[in-house]
Parts: sequence; C-alpha cells; structure tokens
Amino acid sequence: MSLKVERVQGDRGVESFYLWNVVQGLAVTVRHAVTNLRAPRAVQTTNYPEEKKVMPPGYRGKHRLVPRPDGSPKCTACMMCATVCPARCINIEAGEHPDPTIEKFPVQFDIDLLKCVFCGYCVEACPVDAIRMDSGVYTFAEFNRSDFVAHKEQLLATLSQWAEPR
Amino acid sequence: MNETLQQIKERFQEAVAVESGRDGDVVVMADTRSARGALLEVIGKLRDLGFTVLTDLAGIDYLQYPIQQPGRFAVTYILSDLKRRQRVRLKAYVGAQDPVLPSVTHLWQAANWLERECWDQFGIRFEGHPNLKRLLNHHEFVGHPLRKDYPMRSRQPLSENDSLMDEMVVRLRQKGLLLPGIEAQLATPGVRVSDHGEEAAPGSPSFGARGGAASAAVVERITALPGVLGEPEFYRDLHTELMFLNIGPSHPATHGTLRALVALDGETIMAAVGEIGYLHRGFEKSTEVQTYNGVIPYTDRLNYVSAMMNNFAYCKTIEKLLDIETTERTKAIRVVIAELSRIVDHLVCIGANLVDLGALTNYWYLFNVREKAYDIFDRLTGARLTNSYGRIGGLARDFYPGCGDDILRVLKETEKAIADVEQLISHNRILLDRLTGISAVTAEEALSRGWTGPLLRASGVDYDVRKAFPYDGYEQYDFEIPTGTVGDTYDRFFIRFYEMAQSARIIRQALAKMPAGPIFPDVKTAALPPKDDTYNNIEGLMNHFKLIFEGVKVPPGELYDSYEAANGELGFLVVADGSGKPFRNRCRPPSLLAYAAFPEIIEGHMIADAIATLGGLNIIAGELDR
Ligand code: SF4
Ligand code: SF4
Repeated sequence: MSLKVERVQGDRGVESFYLWNVVQGLAVTVRHAVTNLRAPRAVQTTNYPEEKKVMPPGYRGKHRLVPRPDGSPKCTACMMCATVCPARCINIEAGEHPDPTIEKFPVQFDIDLLKCVFCGYCVEACPVDAIRMDSGVYTFAEFNRSDFVAHKEQLLATLSQWAEPR
Repeated sequence: MNETLQQIKERFQEAVAVESGRDGDVVVMADTRSARGALLEVIGKLRDLGFTVLTDLAGIDYLQYPIQQPGRFAVTYILSDLKRRQRVRLKAYVGAQDPVLPSVTHLWQAANWLERECWDQFGIRFEGHPNLKRLLNHHEFVGHPLRKDYPMRSRQPLSENDSLMDEMVVRLRQKGLLLPGIEAQLATPGVRVSDHGEEAAPGSPSFGARGGAASAAVVERITALPGVLGEPEFYRDLHTELMFLNIGPSHPATHGTLRALVALDGETIMAAVGEIGYLHRGFEKSTEVQTYNGVIPYTDRLNYVSAMMNNFAYCKTIEKLLDIETTERTKAIRVVIAELSRIVDHLVCIGANLVDLGALTNYWYLFNVREKAYDIFDRLTGARLTNSYGRIGGLARDFYPGCGDDILRVLKETEKAIADVEQLISHNRILLDRLTGISAVTAEEALSRGWTGPLLRASGVDYDVRKAFPYDGYEQYDFEIPTGTVGDTYDRFFIRFYEMAQSARIIRQALAKMPAGPIFPDVKTAALPPKDDTYNNIEGLMNHFKLIFEGVKVPPGELYDSYEAANGELGFLVVADGSGKPFRNRCRPPSLLAYAAFPEIIEGHMIADAIATLGGLNIIAGELDR
C-alpha cells in the first residue's frame, strides 16, 4: 500500500547533461510533427468560425418551444420550468386559450439567455415536452443586452438540430 | 458512543453533550460562559484522543430555524482522526449578543483563514486570533452576509482596494525586516499607507530600506541570509531596498483571480501575504434559496475543471441526509466519471504548470486528450464544462450506448499522451532543477495547514477519502495511494502522474463490471418519475409537480460529508430544516487551505519558483472563493 513518487535526481548520470534529454525530447516532438503533417485532418483544432463544431445529440444549446401542428406552442403555461429554473430567467405570462380543450397558453414566454446557466432543468421539468434545448446553437452574439432575451416567436421558430419528429 | 468521548462528557458535565450523528459523534457545547471557557480544553482533549486534524470550521446561524436551538449561532469544528479514520463534529453554540469564542489558531495553522472567514460571514469574533480581518468579502463591506437577517439581494458600493500593507507590516516585523521607527508611525491615526513606498504622501512611512544609516538593520538582516552570505562581497550593495510587488489578482500565471503581495529583494521573496475573494459570489448564501437539486448547477462552478465531482459530492451529502442509497449502476457511473474528471483535472494542472515553466509542447499534448474527454462529457451530459450531471439520488442521464468504449479509447490515448509528456520532462534536468527542493512542506506542517488530497499525499501522508471513508463502492476497487517523500513542488507535481494511473485502473475495473439497472433508486420522494409516467398518468404527474414545486424534502438534521475531489477533500456541511431548500450549505473547498499556505511557503524562494509552486498547488479560484 505504499506507492512512492520516484525522485529523479537531475544531476546524476546522463541526466546531468542537459543536451541528452533535449535530443530525446526532440524525438517525441518530431514524431508528432510528422504525424500531424501526414494527416492534417486528424489535428484537434478547427478553423473556427469557418468550420463549426457540430454538437452531439443531447447537447444543451439554445432553447426552443415545441409547436403544435397548427404552429402554436405546445406549452400550457404551467410555470414548472420558470419555478425550477435556478437562474430565474424564464418569464411567462399565461392567458386563456380560445380552444376550450386547451386550458392555457403562454401569451408571453421570454428566456433571458444572459442569465441562463444552461442547466437543462427547464426541459426536465416540463410535463408536456414543450421546451427543449436541442437546437445545437451554442454561440450567441448581439449588440444589445435586450436582444439576448429570447421571445416566444423566436423560440418557436428555432428548429431542432437533429430534425426529430415534432 | 466512543468510550473516551464518554469521559469528556463526564468531565465537563452540563457544558458538553455528546450525540451520535449519521456522520459520526457530535460533541455539543452549550452557550454558557463555562462552556465557552471549556472549549479549548475540550478541543485539547479531542486532540489527545487522536482527532489531530482540523478539517473544517464553519458557522451556522439558527435564526428562523424551525427547531429551537440553545444559541443563535453555532461554530462547527470538524476534527478528523486520520489513523483510525474517524471524525467528530464539535458544535459550540454562541449567543447573538457579542458572539465570541476562543481562537484555535495556536493549535492549527488552518484555523487562521477559517476563523477569518467565519468572522467575515457571521460576525463571530475569535479571541486570540492574530489578524481577524475579512477574508472573502471586501474590506469596506458592512455587515455579515451569511447571517439570516442579511437580505439576500442587498448591494453595497465598494471602491478602494485593500493595500494589504497592514498585513505586510506584520509579516515584515515577524521576519525582522521592518525599519525601526516605522511601527510608531503606523500607529499614528490618519496615516494612509501607500501601495508604493515611493509615492507615499509626505509624512507617510516608507517601507523600503533606502540606503543610509536607517536601513542598516535591514541590510544586515538580508545579507545574513544563507543564500546571500555565499555571494561575493561587492554584491552586498544590491541588497539595499525591499520592493513591493503585487502578483495578481489578474495575472496570467496565477490562473485565476488570486493575489499575493510580495516584498522582494532582487528576485527573492522576503515576505508575502495573500488576498482572495475576487471571485466570491456567495455560493453559500445564494444556494439557500434554491432547492437541493437547484444547488447542483452552482456546484459546477466550484472547481469547474472537474465539475462533476462537485455534483456527486453534493448529491452524496444530501443522500446521506435523506438516508437513501443510490443504485449500484449510478455508483459505478459516478466512479467512472469522477475518475475521468480527476484525470482531466490533473492534465490541466500539469499542462498549465508546464506552460508556466516554459514547456509549452506538453500543454498541447495533454490538452488534446482533454478535449477528447470533454467530447464524451458533451455527449453524456449535454455540456462541456458545467455539466450539472448529478441529481439527488441519481444522475441526470444514463450512459449513452457505447459510452464505456469511448471512455476506454480516450483513456488509451490519454496514457499515450502522458507517456509522451513523461518522456519530455521526467528526466529533463532543466525542469527537475526548477522543481526539486522548492517550497517543501513537511507532513506535520501539511496536516496543521489542513491540506488534503494530492498536496497532503505529496508530503507523505497517505490520507485519501476514498480509502478512509469509502463511498460509491470504492472499497471494491483495487487501487493504491501514491505518496511523496519531501513534499516539495517536485512531489506535488509528479504525484499527479501516479494518481492518474490509479484513476485509469479504477475506471477499467468499474467499466468491466458495470452493473445494469436503473439509475435512480425506487424512492418517490427524491427521484423524478420517468417521463412516460409524467406524460401519461396522473400519479406520476402529481409526483412530478410536487418535486418540481417543492423540491426534494429533507428532514431536519445536519451532517458533514466529504468527497475526494481532484484537489483534495471537498466537504459539505449541510443543515436541513425539513423544507425543500437547504437551510445552510457550507462548502469546504480544498483550495482554500492550500492557498492560505501559499504566501508563507514561497518566502525565501524566487518569484519564478513561486509561480511553479502555485501551479503545483493547483488553486482553482472558483472553488477557493465560492
Ligand atoms: S437551462 Fe436552466 S437556467 Fe436556463 S432557462 Fe432552463 S432552467 Fe433556467
Ligand atoms: S414547463 Fe413546459 S408547459 Fe410548463 S410553462 Fe414551461 S414550457 Fe410551458
């Protein structure tokens, strides 16, 4: 049960010659350089923003509201997402739905993306699968703070990256 | 109850009560004059019994707590016996009127910053503390934010930086580097000490030993130092003046918002003091209004390099409070992910440290594989850094198909990258010369400073929470605890290579026998029902509603629980009041006590070595400042 960290003494034997290890090190770096030159596509970096990384399914990107077949939101304004949100960044205003079979709907549904911590709790909390974070969008840039608040229309128009059936 | 604790009980009669909590024995000190007087004696007795390490010290404010308590505040001392693997939680109650307790700084160096934090957050004074100054909040801050009557959202304008000169003067005095006559000037009210000795207003003291007769004492002192003594005579003229320099708070080499004010003689640090709090965001206060699950995204931001370990640490604490056990599958997944996170954390530590030392190539090799590990986290949890993967009782998601194979593949690549790096550095004399013998910390000192994790192990103490207080089934895995011998930067740096190898061993074992089954235990009061139930049956929907609106309800109680995070013992002291929200969340970050030691252990070394030491301590500001 005793694994000891080995103490390499820098001033003994071959190690005392600085150059020997430099040569050894060069062997490693040159090997890497040759590998990378042979297969430049395998290099880890991407030419952002020309190339963008595609996020895997399940990645928590920008939110979207799932529409019904008629295009109106599936959301029933139950407030569960707004309650569970640790950042308190969802603002919903509920209204009576004209269709008597649907009780309520959100007149207003705003998410402040500057406050959002992208934890995904809202998606987990929604009892009717009306909000998702599967847009795959992970970069936002705006000129005004107010533009970071995503409104209902924008959230409805956002599409899933993985083209799942709605 | 422990027999010896029984003796303590008998000896101190009504001043002391001994209870047994789910986390071990609890010694409770009443809020009376005699009890407060006996506190040091009780602590001394506990030390004699083997509880020689102060793991944590934190306040609790019981105002508005539903169960009547013997005093408004309680200061909790977590004392550990590393040999017998036991802990005792000592609770000293103290009333609202002028709360004051005796300081334990003379027993443990760790108590210094812990008591400062407690004073800062709760306004509890510690008599005999050498420098009871605020720690996390700004020095102009008014009030004590963790008190229950401090409003959550109140704001205060704060303007002036802390020059830290008050602490520096004390330090210089201790080292005998202060000019005679300056102390008297400092005691004069209204004298503002400038950050820069040169630009101080007329009449204000200067700290430089600026040649001439007045500074002779200082010059003499410096030139008597062992390193200086060996120098040729004519170099002596160089040691004439101390220069003050701020390292940080925004310096690329500190890898976070840390500040150290150093007094330099040439490049050698003669005296240093530290300041933290630049990334303090009130983790403990803000999480009091969140549900237990709502705390998890906050824990992501503690040590953000290995966020999921914090998630699991918190979940584990709450599960213990709830007295539920998670499923075997969840335990195994937590082990695999935690160990992978540990590897990632060490990769970042080693890579960044080597950049500071000028060995950039290693950084690329290590960060390449880290990127691949993050790709797995991405797919598994839905986020790269702030994963929020743990849930009270279980996990956010199960493994995706093929996740285990992905992890094994990345593990292999990681091992290759590590082998490359080892070939580059492990016999490289330039690096070895930079690390060997720098800022050595003995085992005894490391224990007194409250160090844990790789830092403590580098000093030769084989304490690991995974072995001492096993959780998540760590006892079934075959792994070893590497230890160092000298406790210098070399040991603190290279021990991480050994730890990564052990983590890889654990991951392989855990993946090989990954149990099938659900990720949540069948506990309706903690686990969200499966989505099918929520969508399709009313019972599931009702349960879902209750859990979302009220949170997981935890019965009243409190306990301290710890987890072996990448940087050491990550502890949570949680007080539950029966509602769905924690009454008090205390986080014991390993980095805090590591950084508390930093200014002292770099004294006598060069600036560049101090940076290497800092890298070896691997301070993560998010966790340090909370
Ligand atoms: S992802 Fe989290 S923070 Fe963002 S809106 Fe949803 S619940 Fe709120
Ligand atoms: S939880 Fe779902 S249904 Fe309820 S308000 Fe949010 S999005 Fe709408």
